[in-house]
Amino acid sequence: MSDAALRRTPLDAIHRALGARMAAFGGWEMPIQYTGIIEEHRTVRSAAGLFDLSHMGELHVSGPGAAAALAGALVTDPGRLRPGRAHYSMICAEDGGVLDDLIVYRLGEDRFLVVPNAGNAELVAAALRERIAGRPATLDDRSAATALVAVQGPAAVTIIGALTDADLGALRYYGIVETEVAGFPALLARTGYTGEDGFEVFVPAEAAADLWERCLVAGGAHGIVPVGLGARDTLRLEAGMPLYGHELERDVTPWEAGLGRVVHLDRPEAFVGRAALEAARTAPRRRLVGLVLRDRGIARQGYPVHRPGEEEPCGTVTSGTLSPTLGVAIAMAFVPPGADAPGTMLEVGVRAMQVPAEVVPLPFYRRPG
Amino acid sequence: MEIPEGLRYTQDHEWVRADGTELVIGITAYAADELGDIVFVELPRPGRKLAAHEVFGVIESVKTASDLFTPVAGEVVAVNPDLTGAPELVNGEPYAGGWMIRIRPDDAAAADALLDAAAYRAVIGG
Repeated sequence: MSDAALRRTPLDAIHRALGARMAAFGGWEMPIQYTGIIEEHRTVRSAAGLFDLSHMGELHVSGPGAAAALAGALVTDPGRLRPGRAHYSMICAEDGGVLDDLIVYRLGEDRFLVVPNAGNAELVAAALRERIAGRPATLDDRSAATALVAVQGPAAVTIIGALTDADLGALRYYGIVETEVAGFPALLARTGYTGEDGFEVFVPAEAAADLWERCLVAGGAHGIVPVGLGARDTLRLEAGMPLYGHELERDVTPWEAGLGRVVHLDRPEAFVGRAALEAARTAPRRRLVGLVLRDRGIARQGYPVHRPGEEEPCGTVTSGTLSPTLGVAIAMAFVPPGADAPGTMLEVGVRAMQVPAEVVPLPFYRRPG
Repeated sequence: MEIPEGLRYTQDHEWVRADGTELVIGITAYAADELGDIVFVELPRPGRKLAAHEVFGVIESVKTASDLFTPVAGEVVAVNPDLTGAPELVNGEPYAGGWMIRIRPDDAAAADALLDAAAYRAVIGG
């Protein structure tokens, strides 16, 4: 299990002391579960969960040309963000394929924080560096020096509220503020990947262990528990959120993944991949859909999707699990245009069985209120 | 990790309990723990003939699907009907209510060649 090549977060010793099951993810050795995926998942939906996301990348882009440089490097124009706001974005190759999906936070007029996935962080840093070269902007990769801890769930606002003087009422979804959390200098963002209200707290790596303990103490009365990447995956899947390596890939375009709205085409300037993305917009080869299995069986990544009675698969499952919240097997899958309308009955090949599956709108789960 | 004496075990983390002329088969506490929350168990129909090492079913946790391997050749005489509605029995009581299939072995002595509790404990490094 122990692989010297795998990186460890500043919270590694805490995870081991908690008895977490550790596994490789994106080049890091990460906690997959502490007590059990279903229990952790349900606690995030009903109370709160504490996540170590220190494997994610933190790329700071700053300078008078930072906004313009990012606008030419990403599919979005971060110049449209007001300071203290964030948006979901992607970095594409010249041929329109997705290299990674990202959150871009505007920290100030000339300062941005780009957060890529762990497994793509180095690739994204290299691509950004190349794309902003020659412009009045610099890239500072602070991934190794930064820890990221998330508190997610309906009790998150109460728990974080006990640890900061920041005005959480003013910190709306996809907002970010420079403040102190548990006495440490922090970037406090109201973002997450669970479908619940919640916060992501970026702190110096050396503050991670103290922050983690303070969150557990502040959240103890509110039922907070540590949550691993196993439940993070089932939570995001219920929320219909894509995961790079599943719904997004080098050969997937944003439109195929149902994320065309993310791409800012209504702007004059060039950005990497623009021409290919404009062409891909009109004729997606496939579309990402939600599936609910209507008989026993669980769809997994790579399982074939068929039109009823047809031997030749028409599509492929990208992610699937038994939904802890809904109690049914859910999946996301790529299917051809024409087979993507909600209500369409398809079949998933689960080993020797053909399991009926209905196309449903995403997300599978929306938080109440 | 619980490894009851008196059962036989395989490298694939199945256990075998002799019951008269039949054998009851399940997966070990170690295997159930490694899989995590078990949410689905697919079992063969009674009457099916299984060869040793043949896949007799599939067990699914939230995260993954894993094959179940036949410890010794025989014919399936019963499967655990409770696992359809309560697959979590495999986590909760892997050696009792979480049993999977009952077979009539082709060779009554075949199970004797499997691992005993001490040998299985060595397999899992316990």
